[in-house]
Amino acid sequence: MSGDHTDATIARRVRRLETLLEEKGLVTGEKVDEVIDAFLAESSPANGARVVARAWTDEAFKSRLLRDGTAAVRELGYMDGSYQRLRVVENTATTHNVIVCTLCSCYPLRLLGPSPSWYKSEAYRSRVVREPRAVLAEFGVELPPGTQVTVWDSSAESRYMVLPRRPEGTAGMSEEELAGLVTRNALIGTAVV
Amino acid sequence: MARINDVGGTQGFGAIDTSDDTEPFHADWEARVVGLFNTLRGQGVFNTNEFRDAIESMPPAEYLAASYYERWFTAIRVLLERKGVIEPGELDD
Repeated sequence: MSGDHTDATIARRVRRLETLLEEKGLVTGEKVDEVIDAFLAESSPANGARVVARAWTDEAFKSRLLRDGTAAVRELGYMDGSYQRLRVVENTATTHNVIVCTLCSCYPLRLLGPSPSWYKSEAYRSRVVREPRAVLAEFGVELPPGTQVTVWDSSAESRYMVLPRRPEGTAGMSEEELAGLVTRNALIGTAVV
Repeated sequence: MARINDVGGTQGFGAIDTSDDTEPFHADWEARVVGLFNTLRGQGVFNTNEFRDAIESMPPAEYLAASYYERWFTAIRVLLERKGVIEPGELDD
Protein backbone atom coordinates (compact mmCIF):
# COMPACT_ATOMS: atom_id res chain seq x y z
CA MET A 1 0.00 0.00 0.00
CA SER A 2 2.72 2.45 0.96
CA GLY A 3 5.39 3.41 -1.49
CA ASP A 4 9.01 3.81 -0.44
CA HIS A 5 8.70 7.54 -0.09
CA THR A 6 5.73 7.28 2.29
CA ASP A 7 7.55 4.59 4.21
CA ALA A 8 10.62 6.77 4.69
CA THR A 9 8.43 9.64 5.88
CA ILE A 10 6.48 7.59 8.38
CA ALA A 11 9.65 5.86 9.58
CA ARG A 12 11.20 9.27 10.28
CA ARG A 13 8.11 10.47 12.13
CA VAL A 14 7.96 7.36 14.28
CA ARG A 15 11.62 7.79 15.16
CA ARG A 16 10.99 11.42 16.04
CA LEU A 17 8.05 10.46 18.24
CA GLU A 18 10.14 7.89 20.08
CA THR A 19 12.95 10.41 20.61
CA LEU A 20 10.48 13.01 21.86
CA LEU A 21 8.93 10.56 24.30
CA GLU A 22 12.40 9.56 25.51
CA GLU A 23 13.25 13.20 26.14
CA LYS A 24 10.05 13.58 28.11
CA GLY A 25 10.99 10.52 30.15
CA LEU A 26 7.94 8.51 29.10
CA VAL A 27 9.70 5.66 27.30
CA THR A 28 13.15 4.25 26.80
CA GLY A 29 14.32 2.46 23.68
CA GLU A 30 15.13 -0.59 25.81
CA LYS A 31 11.62 -0.69 27.23
CA VAL A 32 10.10 -0.50 23.75
CA ASP A 33 12.44 -3.31 22.59
CA GLU A 34 11.34 -5.44 25.53
CA VAL A 35 7.67 -4.84 24.82
CA ILE A 36 8.08 -5.81 21.15
CA ASP A 37 10.04 -8.95 22.05
CA ALA A 38 7.44 -9.99 24.63
CA PHE A 39 4.62 -9.43 22.17
CA LEU A 40 6.31 -11.60 19.55
CA ALA A 41 7.37 -14.28 22.02
CA GLU A 42 3.97 -14.90 23.53
CA SER A 43 1.80 -14.71 20.40
CA SER A 44 1.96 -17.65 18.02
CA PRO A 45 -0.35 -19.86 16.01
CA ALA A 46 1.50 -22.76 17.65
CA ASN A 47 -0.51 -21.91 20.78
CA GLY A 48 -3.84 -22.22 18.98
CA ALA A 49 -2.62 -25.39 17.28
CA ARG A 50 -1.82 -26.88 20.67
CA VAL A 51 -5.33 -26.08 21.90
CA VAL A 52 -6.83 -27.75 18.81
CA ALA A 53 -4.69 -30.88 19.17
CA ARG A 54 -5.75 -31.17 22.81
CA ALA A 55 -9.40 -30.88 21.81
CA TRP A 56 -8.96 -33.54 19.13
CA THR A 57 -7.49 -35.99 21.61
CA ASP A 58 -9.41 -35.19 24.80
CA GLU A 59 -13.22 -35.15 24.55
CA ALA A 60 -13.67 -33.69 28.02
CA PHE A 61 -11.32 -30.82 27.20
CA LYS A 62 -13.10 -30.26 23.91
CA SER A 63 -16.49 -29.91 25.58
CA ARG A 64 -15.03 -27.46 28.11
CA LEU A 65 -13.39 -25.56 25.25
CA LEU A 66 -16.65 -25.21 23.33
CA ARG A 67 -18.59 -24.27 26.47
CA ASP A 68 -16.16 -21.67 27.82
CA GLY A 69 -13.17 -21.06 25.58
CA THR A 70 -11.51 -18.56 27.89
CA ALA A 71 -11.51 -20.90 30.89
CA ALA A 72 -10.37 -23.89 28.82
CA VAL A 73 -7.38 -22.16 27.22
CA ARG A 74 -6.36 -20.87 30.65
CA GLU A 75 -5.90 -24.51 31.63
CA LEU A 76 -3.09 -24.52 29.06
CA GLY A 77 -1.68 -21.22 30.30
CA TYR A 78 -3.12 -18.83 27.71
CA MET A 79 -5.11 -15.62 28.19
CA ASP A 80 -4.39 -15.38 31.91
CA GLY A 81 -5.62 -12.06 33.22
CA SER A 82 -7.12 -11.08 29.87
CA TYR A 83 -10.37 -9.14 29.88
CA GLN A 84 -11.30 -10.74 26.59
CA ARG A 85 -13.71 -13.62 26.12
CA LEU A 86 -12.77 -16.39 23.74
CA ARG A 87 -15.41 -18.40 21.96
CA VAL A 88 -14.25 -21.46 20.07
CA VAL A 89 -16.47 -22.48 17.16
CA GLU A 90 -16.34 -26.02 15.81
CA ASN A 91 -16.30 -27.09 12.20
CA THR A 92 -18.24 -30.28 11.50
CA ALA A 93 -19.22 -32.32 8.44
CA THR A 94 -22.05 -29.86 7.83
CA THR A 95 -20.84 -26.53 9.25
CA HIS A 96 -17.89 -24.29 8.55
CA ASN A 97 -16.88 -21.24 10.57
CA VAL A 98 -14.78 -18.25 9.67
CA ILE A 99 -13.78 -15.24 11.76
CA VAL A 100 -13.42 -11.56 10.96
CA CYS A 101 -13.32 -8.19 12.65
CA THR A 102 -15.35 -5.95 10.35
CA LEU A 103 -14.61 -2.85 12.44
CA CYS A 104 -10.86 -3.23 12.69
CA SER A 105 -8.61 -6.14 13.52
CA CYS A 106 -9.71 -7.87 16.75
CA TYR A 107 -8.21 -11.31 16.86
CA PRO A 108 -6.98 -13.77 19.50
CA LEU A 109 -3.35 -12.71 19.11
CA ARG A 110 -1.99 -14.92 21.82
CA LEU A 111 -3.38 -18.05 20.14
CA LEU A 112 -3.03 -17.12 16.47
CA GLY A 113 0.05 -14.90 16.43
CA PRO A 114 0.18 -11.51 14.72
CA SER A 115 -2.58 -11.36 12.13
CA PRO A 116 -1.89 -11.45 8.40
CA SER A 117 -2.30 -8.25 6.38
CA TRP A 118 -5.35 -9.56 4.57
CA TYR A 119 -7.21 -10.06 7.86
CA LYS A 120 -6.87 -6.32 8.50
CA SER A 121 -7.73 -5.30 4.93
CA GLU A 122 -10.94 -3.54 3.97
CA ALA A 123 -11.42 -6.11 1.21
CA TYR A 124 -11.58 -9.08 3.59
CA ARG A 125 -13.51 -7.25 6.30
CA SER A 126 -16.16 -5.96 3.94
CA ARG A 127 -16.57 -9.06 1.79
CA VAL A 128 -16.43 -12.06 4.09
CA VAL A 129 -19.69 -11.09 5.78
CA ARG A 130 -21.40 -10.51 2.44
CA GLU A 131 -20.14 -13.37 0.33
CA PRO A 132 -18.28 -15.80 2.58
CA ARG A 133 -18.35 -18.69 0.11
CA ALA A 134 -16.75 -16.60 -2.62
CA VAL A 135 -14.09 -15.38 -0.20
CA LEU A 136 -13.39 -18.90 1.04
CA ALA A 137 -13.04 -20.08 -2.56
CA GLU A 138 -10.38 -17.41 -3.13
CA PHE A 139 -8.47 -18.95 -0.25
CA GLY A 140 -8.86 -22.35 -1.90
CA VAL A 141 -11.50 -23.64 0.49
CA GLU A 142 -14.15 -25.53 -1.46
CA LEU A 143 -16.96 -26.68 0.78
CA PRO A 144 -19.40 -29.46 -0.07
CA PRO A 145 -22.76 -28.06 -1.20
CA GLY A 146 -25.14 -27.75 1.71
CA THR A 147 -22.41 -26.85 4.19
CA GLN A 148 -23.65 -24.14 6.51
CA VAL A 149 -21.18 -21.26 6.73
CA THR A 150 -21.16 -19.04 9.83
CA VAL A 151 -19.14 -15.83 9.98
CA TRP A 152 -18.17 -14.58 13.45
CA ASP A 153 -17.54 -10.87 13.80
CA SER A 154 -15.12 -10.06 16.62
CA SER A 155 -15.24 -7.14 19.00
CA ALA A 156 -12.94 -5.59 21.56
CA GLU A 157 -14.20 -8.01 24.20
CA SER A 158 -15.17 -11.08 22.17
CA ARG A 159 -12.63 -13.05 20.21
CA TYR A 160 -13.19 -16.20 18.18
CA MET A 161 -11.10 -19.16 17.14
CA VAL A 162 -12.11 -21.96 14.80
CA LEU A 163 -11.76 -25.59 15.88
CA PRO A 164 -11.04 -27.27 12.54
CA ARG A 165 -12.14 -30.82 11.72
CA ARG A 166 -9.60 -33.47 12.49
CA PRO A 167 -8.47 -34.97 9.20
CA GLU A 168 -9.03 -38.60 8.28
CA GLY A 169 -6.16 -41.00 8.74
CA THR A 170 -4.67 -39.32 11.81
CA ALA A 171 -5.82 -41.84 14.40
CA GLY A 172 -2.31 -42.92 15.28
CA MET A 173 -0.80 -39.46 15.58
CA SER A 174 0.42 -37.93 18.82
CA GLU A 175 -0.94 -34.65 20.13
CA GLU A 176 2.25 -32.93 19.06
CA GLU A 177 2.07 -34.35 15.54
CA LEU A 178 -1.56 -33.27 15.29
CA ALA A 179 -0.67 -29.76 16.39
CA GLY A 180 1.83 -29.65 13.54
CA LEU A 181 -1.01 -30.06 11.04
CA VAL A 182 -2.91 -26.98 12.20
CA THR A 183 -2.21 -23.77 10.31
CA ARG A 184 -3.01 -20.20 11.27
CA ASN A 185 -5.53 -19.92 8.44
CA ALA A 186 -7.27 -23.07 9.68
CA LEU A 187 -7.73 -21.31 13.04
CA ILE A 188 -9.26 -18.34 11.21
CA GLY A 189 -11.39 -20.56 8.97
CA THR A 190 -9.82 -19.60 5.64
CA ALA A 191 -8.25 -23.06 5.37
CA VAL A 192 -9.13 -26.57 6.39
CA VAL A 193 -6.75 -29.10 7.91
CA MET B 1 -23.90 7.51 11.41
CA ALA B 2 -21.50 4.67 10.82
CA ARG B 3 -17.84 5.58 10.87
CA ILE B 4 -15.49 4.81 8.02
CA ASN B 5 -14.06 1.76 9.79
CA ASP B 6 -17.49 0.07 9.73
CA VAL B 7 -16.93 -1.62 6.38
CA GLY B 8 -18.78 -4.91 6.91
CA GLY B 9 -20.90 -5.68 3.84
CA THR B 10 -19.90 -2.61 1.86
CA GLN B 11 -18.84 -3.13 -1.73
CA GLY B 12 -16.04 -1.82 -3.87
CA PHE B 13 -12.92 -2.75 -1.94
CA GLY B 14 -11.83 -5.20 -4.60
CA ALA B 15 -10.02 -8.50 -4.39
CA ILE B 16 -8.34 -9.85 -1.30
CA ASP B 17 -4.60 -10.30 -1.43
CA THR B 18 -4.58 -13.75 0.14
CA SER B 19 -0.81 -14.12 0.20
CA ASP B 20 0.15 -15.84 3.38
CA ASP B 21 2.40 -13.26 4.96
CA THR B 22 3.80 -14.68 8.13
CA GLU B 23 6.04 -11.72 8.96
CA PRO B 24 4.48 -9.85 11.88
CA PHE B 25 5.91 -6.53 10.68
CA HIS B 26 6.88 -5.32 7.25
CA ALA B 27 9.16 -2.53 8.40
CA ASP B 28 10.98 -1.72 11.60
CA TRP B 29 8.84 1.36 12.21
CA GLU B 30 5.74 -0.82 12.43
CA ALA B 31 7.29 -2.74 15.31
CA ARG B 32 8.27 0.54 17.02
CA VAL B 33 4.68 1.78 16.72
CA VAL B 34 3.38 -1.38 18.38
CA GLY B 35 6.06 -1.11 21.06
CA LEU B 36 5.23 2.54 21.72
CA PHE B 37 1.51 1.78 21.81
CA ASN B 38 1.92 -1.01 24.36
CA THR B 39 4.35 1.02 26.46
CA LEU B 40 2.16 4.13 26.58
CA ARG B 41 -0.99 2.15 27.24
CA GLY B 42 0.80 0.22 29.98
CA GLN B 43 1.69 3.51 31.63
CA GLY B 44 -1.92 4.68 31.49
CA VAL B 45 -1.22 7.53 29.05
CA PHE B 46 -4.29 6.32 27.15
CA ASN B 47 -6.44 3.23 27.12
CA THR B 48 -7.53 0.84 24.39
CA ASN B 49 -10.96 2.37 23.94
CA GLU B 50 -9.54 5.85 23.47
CA PHE B 51 -7.10 4.41 20.96
CA ARG B 52 -9.79 2.65 18.96
CA ASP B 53 -11.91 5.79 18.98
CA ALA B 54 -8.99 7.83 17.69
CA ILE B 55 -8.54 5.45 14.74
CA GLU B 56 -12.26 5.32 14.00
CA SER B 57 -12.52 9.12 14.12
CA MET B 58 -10.01 9.60 11.34
CA PRO B 59 -11.36 11.50 8.33
CA PRO B 60 -12.54 8.82 5.85
CA ALA B 61 -10.13 9.75 3.07
CA GLU B 62 -7.19 9.76 5.46
CA TYR B 63 -8.30 6.45 7.01
CA LEU B 64 -8.60 4.73 3.63
CA ALA B 65 -5.27 6.07 2.38
CA ALA B 66 -3.37 4.96 5.49
CA SER B 67 -1.86 1.56 6.02
CA TYR B 68 -2.80 -0.36 9.15
CA TYR B 69 0.09 0.80 11.29
CA GLU B 70 -0.04 4.34 9.87
CA ARG B 71 -3.48 4.47 11.48
CA TRP B 72 -1.95 3.37 14.75
CA PHE B 73 0.65 6.10 14.52
CA THR B 74 -1.99 8.72 13.73
CA ALA B 75 -4.08 7.62 16.72
CA ILE B 76 -1.09 7.75 19.08
CA ARG B 77 -0.18 11.23 17.83
CA VAL B 78 -3.77 12.50 18.17
CA LEU B 79 -4.09 11.16 21.71
CA LEU B 80 -0.71 12.52 22.83
CA GLU B 81 -1.65 15.94 21.46
CA ARG B 82 -5.11 15.84 23.04
CA LYS B 83 -3.61 14.96 26.41
CA GLY B 84 -0.96 17.64 26.14
CA VAL B 85 1.96 15.19 26.15
CA ILE B 86 3.20 16.67 22.89
CA GLU B 87 2.41 19.95 21.19
CA PRO B 88 0.38 19.97 17.97
CA GLY B 89 2.81 20.06 15.07
CA GLU B 90 5.73 18.88 17.20
CA LEU B 91 6.09 15.79 14.97
CA ASP B 92 5.69 17.48 11.62
CA ASP B 93 8.53 17.74 9.17
